[in-house]
Amino acid sequence: MSTQEIRFSGFGGQGIIRCALITGKALALYDDKFATMTQSFGPEARGSACAAQLVVSDERVLYPYITQPGILLALSQEAYDKYYSELPKGGTLIVEQELVKLRGEHPDLRLMRVPATRYAEELGNRLFTNLVALGFFTAVTNVVTADAMKKALPGLVPERFLKINIKAFDKGYEHGLQMMSQNGEAAS
Amino acid sequence: MKTVTADPKGVDSGPHFMDGDHALAEGALAAGCRFFAGYPITPSTETAERFAERAPEVGALFIQMEDELASIAALIGAAWAGQKCMTVTCGPGFSLMVENLGLAAMTETPMVIANVQRGGPSTGLPTLTAQQDMMQAKWGPHGDNAIIALSPDSPQECFDLTVEAFNLSEYYRVPVIILTDETVGHMHEKVVIPPADQIKVVPRNNYSGPKEDCRPYKFDSQGGHPMVRAGDGYNFHITGLTHNEKGYPVMTVEQSKKVVTHLMEKINGNADDIIRLDEDQVDGADVVVVSYGITSRIAVKAIQDARKEGIKVGSLRLITIWPFCEKRIREISAKVKAIVVPEINYGQMVLEVERSAAGRCKVISVNHCGGAVHDPQVILDAIRKAIQ
Repeated sequence: MSTQEIRFSGFGGQGIIRCALITGKALALYDDKFATMTQSFGPEARGSACAAQLVVSDERVLYPYITQPGILLALSQEAYDKYYSELPKGGTLIVEQELVKLRGEHPDLRLMRVPATRYAEELGNRLFTNLVALGFFTAVTNVVTADAMKKALPGLVPERFLKINIKAFDKGYEHGLQMMSQNGEAAS
Repeated sequence: MKTVTADPKGVDSGPHFMDGDHALAEGALAAGCRFFAGYPITPSTETAERFAERAPEVGALFIQMEDELASIAALIGAAWAGQKCMTVTCGPGFSLMVENLGLAAMTETPMVIANVQRGGPSTGLPTLTAQQDMMQAKWGPHGDNAIIALSPDSPQECFDLTVEAFNLSEYYRVPVIILTDETVGHMHEKVVIPPADQIKVVPRNNYSGPKEDCRPYKFDSQGGHPMVRAGDGYNFHITGLTHNEKGYPVMTVEQSKKVVTHLMEKINGNADDIIRLDEDQVDGADVVVVSYGITSRIAVKAIQDARKEGIKVGSLRLITIWPFCEKRIREISAKVKAIVVPEINYGQMVLEVERSAAGRCKVISVNHCGGAVHDPQVILDAIRKAIQ
């Protein structure tokens, strides 16, 4: 049985919880996986750092919380500072390229950087940052299919913004594939 | 139990990625609940939000009340006006509801109350999980009375058991309490809502015969009795005082015996029909883990590890909390070395297990003071200790 533990993190308003909801829905409804999503609910979730956790498995998830994330998506400095040390050797660290200043080279980690906010602004609104990041995440990890992610969007993004959100997703996804080929990694 | 298929208006069929709180609201709507009165409190608020959002399209009524006392009082009124009704809360709100929970039990008023448990006592841990209200659900109101309580282990079961809660509540005319917890309430998983024609619901049973034969009560220790709807033209009297079959006060020793025996026995005497358990490899086990709600999932992880070590360990998950499965625990206690009871409280349901086991085997409590689920390792250690 393979189980993946993923942490999505950033600051309130970036759509972090939405990232986990979209990914969880994609996996559970369209990729035939078991997915359990939990999120930070305390006062810490409001305003500053914000995180959501996803446990993905081929079998029923018993323990609903993450114990050691294999993948961390950090869209803010605070989120990166708070969580990067949780990753094990070989873990995947995805950061917002222009918002996160790295505290080292992280030679033990698989480091991937995405200018999600800039790409979102190019599409007209930084509100699409999370979808760019999700597209990138989908391309550089072997967790979820792009097809399932797009199917999961209706109902989780406003209908009038569905097309532009898919565009944002594709932008991040393409950038991810580019990074993969630059790094000599095979796309999933 | 006479059932009909669900009204499709309330059924949002299909697969969803949904949290337990939302699934409680969907279960209620599917079961035919069309009245919700509540006061928002973490971690149950999402249920109220979902119900409020869906109410206009389903034709249901949602009222945000001034507090929890008023919420459950409104439910009693709505039930006698013919509605299936629900409220949600957690510990602090449940404490406020306890007085009228007793009135609902005494007046045999059907309703479903979900308690999405958080850490206590008092306001305790607003955003963190616990299972500390297990005993309060049964023993909260004063006087002898019996309720039914169910405990879901997932968002899917939040949906399924809410439908079942309404059915039991309608049939036995008793408040049914869903004892879930912050973890299950707030976690998102796949929830499949079946098509309406595959959901069986017990419809409201209203009396419609001649006026002179109208009786809102029948004290025969059974369920299935009709209610009388206020406004249908029948004499109508509902009271918390000890009453006769017409609903009027008769405060005598003889009447009390009739009423109290009925209230207790309609539940306890039908326990075999009401109780649902989920068992795995209990026969032939040396140790059985008895658990419920979110803790049962953590327990399975520990059980799997124990089995890898060669320990014969079974699992008994309580889906029905009250009435308690004392007969089954009695049987098991005669065959095993020990029963291990993990729960996110200082040791509540373990007292029922001890009472039912009555010294025939060891009973080991794995308690937790709330705020998180168990570390599976702690349950595994208890299982190892149990076989020594």
